[in-house]
Amino acid sequence: MKQFKGRVITPGEVTADAVVTTEGFNTLASLQMALQFGDKEVKCGDQNNKELHGKSLLGKALCLPQTIGSTTGGLVLYCACAMEKNPACMLFANHIDSLAAAGAVLADVWVDGVSMPVVDSLGDEFLNYVKDGMKVTVKANGIVEVE
Amino acid sequence: MILTKEQQAILNGEKGETLAKVMKTLVMYGDAFEAEKLVPITSKYNHLVTSFGLKVMLPVYDLMQKILDAGVASGQKFSVDPRPLDKNVPANFLQNLVFNKFMYTKQDFYEDQLEKLGLMDKNAFSCTCYMDEVGNKPQKGDVLSWAESSAVVYANSVLGARCNRNSGIIDIMGSIVGFVPYFGLLTDEGRKATWVIKVNTKTKPEAQLLGSAIGMKVMEDVPYVLGLDKWIGNELNDSACAYLKDFGAATASNGAVGLYHIDGLTPEAAELGEALIAEGAKEYIIDDAELERVKNNYPVVWKNPDASPKLCFVGCPHLSLEQLKNWTVNIETELKANGNKKVTIPTVFTAAPGVLEAFGKTEYAERLKNTGVITSYICPLMYMNNPLCKKMPVITSSNKLRTYTSARYYTDAEILHTITGGNK
Repeated sequence: MKQFKGRVITPGEVTADAVVTTEGFNTLASLQMALQFGDKEVKCGDQNNKELHGKSLLGKALCLPQTIGSTTGGLVLYCACAMEKNPACMLFANHIDSLAAAGAVLADVWVDGVSMPVVDSLGDEFLNYVKDGMKVTVKANGIVEVE
Repeated sequence: MILTKEQQAILNGEKGETLAKVMKTLVMYGDAFEAEKLVPITSKYNHLVTSFGLKVMLPVYDLMQKILDAGVASGQKFSVDPRPLDKNVPANFLQNLVFNKFMYTKQDFYEDQLEKLGLMDKNAFSCTCYMDEVGNKPQKGDVLSWAESSAVVYANSVLGARCNRNSGIIDIMGSIVGFVPYFGLLTDEGRKATWVIKVNTKTKPEAQLLGSAIGMKVMEDVPYVLGLDKWIGNELNDSACAYLKDFGAATASNGAVGLYHIDGLTPEAAELGEALIAEGAKEYIIDDAELERVKNNYPVVWKNPDASPKLCFVGCPHLSLEQLKNWTVNIETELKANGNKKVTIPTVFTAAPGVLEAFGKTEYAERLKNTGVITSYICPLMYMNNPLCKKMPVITSSNKLRTYTSARYYTDAEILHTITGGNK
């Protein structure tokens, strides 16, 4: 088991299986079809992301460098949380980007009863270490444990 | 973050719970970027990215309704991204059924909300809100609370305004309180380039292809581009602005670029030159081979890669008046050369309603119509979101549309060749 220390963007504690991308996560491209057409598994729809395309994101610890793409990204993430179709948590190797920050904050402030802890600045070592399927635990103080 | 007494009072709930939550959202958003303060928005108008009444976006409309019910909508008017639907855009019975009964069922409801929230004009629906015909063109140095990645990157880069890559909803929240967090692209330090791009092509690089290559390389960093003024000049005329509009949209969608500097051309680069380049900036050299490599690596998601295209979209982001005129002339010329009177593939050119109105007053409008090209004000991305449209082989000269949909990217010249029957 390895520990990594990051910065808490939105609080919470959760344990989930990891799903990992080393490329920018295009939130709109990844989630729009799944949300729109009721995909129960919330499979990633971004054909440009070979690591994630077709994989379920629901209830997973999404490990990524940052998000990219459309400025609808934040509200797409907010909608995913409001619909309870969100990842269990989002764990950023880099400093969080403005769109993901917006989505995480909007969900934290405006969605009752749904928690999606978001931690950033976990470092490249985190993203190099964590692999799909590993058990990830997010602690309230920004510590992320990977087994 | 240090708040003024007034801002703190709002956060404390002295002006109601809804406004307190709006302020809390902006403060938490700013905290994520170590913003020390909130600064006033100075632009005349705002621009919102959410223009579609998609059934799945109910949480967004519920939030907008809370704002309206609390009576806290701001006085700042705004433009908004393009509408999703236009009956003039080809769609079969089933596609229309999905559009109208399953997808954009909240369109009328949401447009009503937009009007109550402060829509500047009933036709102010375009991603190219900065066009003269739309009228939302901020001044250099203006602080914005905009969203829409292509508009933000244009406003920052070509107009010298200051705006972060805000998400939808954050856009209107900044407007409501009148302030945005001071970080990133609002700061001089945040506007420095951490990449130097050297354009070493032998011909004028395709705007959306160059933008795509740069976006994918630099992600959200700020690039300083050398060697592009050689191809597009040192004056921000219509032609250069149209090029940069398309270039920027590709950087913002294929990566996460919010600001670029073009040496010798864009306002800050013209003023400060290479002083804008941060120490330790990385380098990326782009030649014709590199552009070819990038283009060849785009995934082809058509079920049958050799299918004949059934539809063509040009205009993501929306076309300018000059682009519409130029395309008209080029299509006429190519049709004649290929022995055809009309385009051989249903083709839709999209532009802002105001631009289409201005175009309609020129001689080119009838000429373009005679070629069989359809003009529309929609967002092609919203059309392609329909799963029945996604299955169609659609071609486009937009790298932004390619990124988000199943549309296949070709250069302007390739599109021109194909739609005028040059492939026969």
